[in-house]
Amino acid sequence: MTTTTTTLAKALNAGLRSAMEDDPKVIVMGEDVGRLGGVFRVTDGLQKDFGDHRVLDTPLAESGIVGTAVGLAMRGYRPVAEIQFDGFVFPAFDQISSQVAKITYRTQGAWSMPMVIRIPFGGGIGAVEHHAESPESFFCHIGGLRVVACSNPQDAYDMLRAAIACDDPVIFFEPKRRYWEKGDLDIDLHPARRAGDAWPPACFTSAVRRAGSDVTVVSYGSSMPVLHAAADAAQAEGRSLELIDLRTLSPLDLGPVLESVRKTGRLVVVSEAPRESSITSDVAARVTEEAFYSLAAPVLRVAGFDTPYPPSRVEDEYLPDLDKVLHAVDRVLAY
Amino acid sequence: MAGQRSPSDPSDRSVPRAADPYTPTSVVQAAARGAAGLRGAPTPSEVIAGLRATSHGEDLVQVLSPEGVFTPHEDFPVDLTGELLRGLYRDMVLVRRFDREGNALQRQGQLNIWVPLLGQEAAQVGAGRAMRPADMAFPSYREHGVAWCRGIDPTDLLGIFRGTDQCGWNPRETRFNSYTIVIGNQVLNATGYAMGQKFDGVIGSRAQDATDDRDVGDGSNGSTDEATIVFFGDGATSQGDVHEGMVFAAAFDAPIVFYCQNNQWAISEPVSKQSRVPLWERSTGYGFPGVRVDGNDVIACLAVTRWALEECRSGNGPVMIEAFTYRMDAHTTSDDPSRYRMAAEEEHWKLLDPIQRVRAHLAREGLADPSFFDEVATEADELADRFRTFCVQMPKPATDRMFAHVYSEPHAGLEQQQREHAEYLAGFADPAGTEGR
Repeated sequence: MTTTTTTLAKALNAGLRSAMEDDPKVIVMGEDVGRLGGVFRVTDGLQKDFGDHRVLDTPLAESGIVGTAVGLAMRGYRPVAEIQFDGFVFPAFDQISSQVAKITYRTQGAWSMPMVIRIPFGGGIGAVEHHAESPESFFCHIGGLRVVACSNPQDAYDMLRAAIACDDPVIFFEPKRRYWEKGDLDIDLHPARRAGDAWPPACFTSAVRRAGSDVTVVSYGSSMPVLHAAADAAQAEGRSLELIDLRTLSPLDLGPVLESVRKTGRLVVVSEAPRESSITSDVAARVTEEAFYSLAAPVLRVAGFDTPYPPSRVEDEYLPDLDKVLHAVDRVLAY
Repeated sequence: MAGQRSPSDPSDRSVPRAADPYTPTSVVQAAARGAAGLRGAPTPSEVIAGLRATSHGEDLVQVLSPEGVFTPHEDFPVDLTGELLRGLYRDMVLVRRFDREGNALQRQGQLNIWVPLLGQEAAQVGAGRAMRPADMAFPSYREHGVAWCRGIDPTDLLGIFRGTDQCGWNPRETRFNSYTIVIGNQVLNATGYAMGQKFDGVIGSRAQDATDDRDVGDGSNGSTDEATIVFFGDGATSQGDVHEGMVFAAAFDAPIVFYCQNNQWAISEPVSKQSRVPLWERSTGYGFPGVRVDGNDVIACLAVTRWALEECRSGNGPVMIEAFTYRMDAHTTSDDPSRYRMAAEEEHWKLLDPIQRVRAHLAREGLADPSFFDEVATEADELADRFRTFCVQMPKPATDRMFAHVYSEPHAGLEQQQREHAEYLAGFADPAGTEGR
């Protein structure tokens, strides 16, 4: 056991370092990732230790970052590209949708696309426009991509290493307002994935975070601590919430969610992304399809509004918080 | 603003708008007139666009004139043997022949669409034959001639246009990437590949060992150095990805040749819609050399591309080439050029045909006798026949094809959808759907 207490950002840094040590083909690229160590310091010290051919400070062009990562992947590299903020991914959306996602299919496996695109996502940091968005659903709608979101240091480390070892492109969402929150990290808890190991690794499945019996509450990324706070508050009122962290958004792993709903009969899905055509929509639809007779109440969604992300002085009202989650819990229990 | 006339100034009325030679034709006007040159006079703006397309400026590299006269170029020397010329002639004739067959197959309903390369045979064969086996090519979607030079059988191109596949060859083994349809995307992918070549250290070895001049028969002289070449059109130069590709290539000194086939038309838009300056001059803005070559002169295209690739292999990349050529046919079989360009323009370019000038040179210099031309013609017809026969016999892909290779690793969600679809199909009385076929 080598458990330490560390921040989510440092766990990601440790995951990158571990992957780069294991495989010389792993390279990190993006804006300010080298000398500066990234605006969130996730890549801190990597260029110094691995050199500027493995940690590339790129020109300021997101399509360029992803588009050249495609060519590097064809050349046998495993690029880990950083998009500096969620709202800056859209110049790269064309490359991600038109090339990254489709090349393996187009060439029937002649090329694989082992690539990770890291995106800090979500609000709650008092930022200006374009720095607080939750664009994950866009990517879940594209066949050929995998989409995951981590929520704590241990997952950040395990999931990033697994994403880098994956032969498919992985859009890797990092909960930016949780970058500095601490948690346990045991870098020996799971062995690094090797070629030929079974897929998916354990960290790419949904995880029950807290057992409960009255209502199932599901989320991912930045909202997970909100769920824990809500569960504590509910417990004080004598209500038992079962919490599930989705972790993998595409493909969804709904096995644990269905199992939980068959037990509780009630489901609340939480995400700070806009509500319509979202992850929360899909979880609600799929659970309705597959566990209809277990449901004692409609599936409720607690999500962001279908507005552009608001000015930060009102973002507290936009984001799902403890009260909004408990309000939804009250409603499903009132059925 | 005193003294300037406003658009509503009454003095403007002395000049009727219709008489203004610089007033562009509106879509409505063009549609009302129909085929330019057939049912009405072209507008002045159309005449100007056409004239621009026939003027290549003063910096064009040409060694074989349209009349077939060879004039060596001191910067781009080439050992002009009969064998080389006959080989290039054969390449271009065969490529043109199956290209024409592709058009015909679409007209007969055997292909959903065909993307003709007519007129661009020299630009593609010259560049394709300049490559060494270890070099990597990233095409757009019209590069049938380059595919030919990379050893891809023309029948492998058919699936894309018949709708049975999206890439009929192995891009890794042929070192010819899949066709890329989103304009300009491949320029960034190619740049990344070239960055990888640089990181792999497969450039510049000749500079370290200048005495190494072994000839192993593939033109590599024993060198393991590599380069990348990316193909795109004049329209693509307006795309951000092309700009970003050139920025990245310059920033990382990537060994890449940006090969722009300027065929004068991006569907209906002339080059003047894309750029105020000759396209090759854009390279100077990024800090690397650019050359404009006569894209209908296969020898010049070969010599300039050989030079450019060698510059890249030597560590002096990137390089840009503008091959000045002309799209003699439509953008695709879905297009109708008579709506936007003049027949006279096409007549002008017919005189600059890339194949005829090689034939003239071969005949005049006694480098080929009539039987050679007959043999190539026969071979071309045989290729077209094989191309056609293969096309009409291509089967519809199996249903499983739809689900294959979406991912490299297992994917539970997709496997469930595939299972459900199979169960759905199994519910029919005739699951294989063989009835009525």
